[in-house]
Amino acid sequence: MSELLAEQHDRVLLLTLNRPQVRNALNNALLAQIAGALESAAQNPAIAACVISGNERFFAAGADLNEMADNDLAATLNDVRPRLWARIDAFNKPLIAAVNGYALGAGCELAMLCDIVMAGDNARFGLPEITLGIMPGAGGTQRLIRSVGKALASRMVLSGESIDARRAHEAGLVSDICPPALTQEYALQLAKTIAARAPLALQAAKQALRQSQEVSLHAGLQLERQWFTLLSATDDRQEGIAAFREKRTPEFKGR
Amino acid sequence: MDALILSNVEQGVMTITLNRPDRLNSFNDEMHQQLADCLKQAERDDTIRCLLITGAGRGFCAGQDLNDRNVDPQGNAPDLGLSVENFYNPLVRRLAALPKPVIAAVNGVAAGAGATLALGCDMVIAARSASFIMAFSKLGLVPDCGGTWFLPRVAGRARALGLALMGDKLSAEQAHQWGMIWQVVDDAQLSDTALTLARHLATQPTYGLGLIKQALLAAETNTLDAQLDLERDYQRLAGRSPDYREGVSAFLAKRPPQFSGKSS
Repeated sequence: MSELLAEQHDRVLLLTLNRPQVRNALNNALLAQIAGALESAAQNPAIAACVISGNERFFAAGADLNEMADNDLAATLNDVRPRLWARIDAFNKPLIAAVNGYALGAGCELAMLCDIVMAGDNARFGLPEITLGIMPGAGGTQRLIRSVGKALASRMVLSGESIDARRAHEAGLVSDICPPALTQEYALQLAKTIAARAPLALQAAKQALRQSQEVSLHAGLQLERQWFTLLSATDDRQEGIAAFREKRTPEFKGR
Repeated sequence: MDALILSNVEQGVMTITLNRPDRLNSFNDEMHQQLADCLKQAERDDTIRCLLITGAGRGFCAGQDLNDRNVDPQGNAPDLGLSVENFYNPLVRRLAALPKPVIAAVNGVAAGAGATLALGCDMVIAARSASFIMAFSKLGLVPDCGGTWFLPRVAGRARALGLALMGDKLSAEQAHQWGMIWQVVDDAQLSDTALTLARHLATQPTYGLGLIKQALLAAETNTLDAQLDLERDYQRLAGRSPDYREGVSAFLAKRPPQFSGKSS
C-alpha cells in the first residue's frame, strides 16, 4: 500500500500519512509525495482545500533518522529536503492538519506549516531535535515562536519536551480539540465549510495571512488592501454580495 | 519475589488485591511496580470490563509505608515529590483515564494515600467497620494521590478542609452520609456486594460507561459551553457503537441486551 493515501471528499483532498511501521516518519520520499499531491491539487479546480492526517496514535513522529544520520556538512548543505519543504509551503489553498497522537520534530513542523491545526485530545506536539544533538531544521524554531510566543517556544526547543493538546490549544498552536475518533471527521467538516467559499478570496486571504509573518504591520496593511482591491474585480464578489442581499446561498465560480 | 499485588480476572472483572496485610497493605516501590503491571494489563485487555480494588487482611491500604521514609535528621531532606511523580500520580492518572469502571471495596482502614486512592475510584463500597483517615497533616504533609482534588469534590469544601487539616478518622457510615462513597455494607457482605456490582458492570456497555466517566471528569474543569460540545462529541461516538444498537433493539424486542462493550 502507498505511504501517502489520497482520497477526495467532495472538493476536499484528504492526504493520510501511512507509514505506521515507522510511526509515519517523514522521509524524503514521503515529503516528495506530499509536495507532488499538493502541486496537482493546486492545479485542480475541483479541489478547494486539503486535510493532512496520520493515524490515531501518530500524526508523524519526526524525520527519518536513517536518511539524515550519515549526512556530513557538505551533504547537508546540498540536501534536497529544504526544497521539498518549500514545495509543500507553496500550496496556495487552505491546508488543515488533523493531528492525533504524536506530532514530533518534522511532524510538528509539518503541522505548523498548515494554516489550521485541529487536534485530538491525545495529541502531543514537540521538537525533540535538541536531544539528538541537532535542532529543528524545517521551520520549527521560526513558526513555533510565532504561534506560541517566546517563553513556551524556547522551553520546547531547548528542552526537547513535548506539550499536550490542551496546552497547545491554550498557547495558540491548535485551533480546536476533539475526541481522537472525530478529529479527521471534524477537520473534513471544516475543510468542506472552507471549500464552499470563493476560491479566489480564499487564495487572497491565505496569502495575506501568510504575509503577516513576513512584513511590518504597515506594509502588511497595504498588502491586505491590495488583495482586497483585487477581489473587487472578481465575479465571485458580485455573486457573494448579491446572494447575501437576496438571502440565498452563493454559487462561486472561481472567477 | 513476593506478590504484593494479587490479581485475578474472572467474568470480565479484574480483581486487584493490595497484598501486604502485615503492613496494612501500605505502598512501597515494589508494590507500586506490581500494581502498574496489573493496570497495564487492564488497559490492554478488552475482555477486562471492570476493575475491582480491595485490600488483603484487615486493612484496605495505609498509604505510603513509612518504614521506607526513615528520615535522618542529620542527612539531606528527602524528596517526597519524587515518589509522588513516579508512582502516585501515574497511578491516579491511569485509573482516571481507564475507560472502564473502577470500584474500590474498602474492607478496613484506608489512611493517607490509601484513603485518597479509594476516593478517586469511580464507585466506593465500604465495610461498616472501615474508616478513612487523611493522616497527611499529622506528619506535616499534604494529601496526595489526588487527595486535594478529590476531597472537596466528594465531600465539599468545608468537610474537605476539616478532614484534611484535622487528619481525624472518618467512619464509613459518616462518609456515606456525607455522600463521599456509594454504599456501606456489613463487613461480611462486602466482598459479595462489590463482586456482584463489578460483574454487573462488566456486562454493561463498557465503551459508553468509559465515555460517561471521561465526560464527568472533563466537567470538573470545563465551562458549560465546552461541556455541551463534549456531550455532543461523546454522544456522536456512543451513538455509533454496536452497544447502542443492541440496547435499542433489545428494548424494543423486550429482551435482555447482550452488550459487547466495544466501540465499533
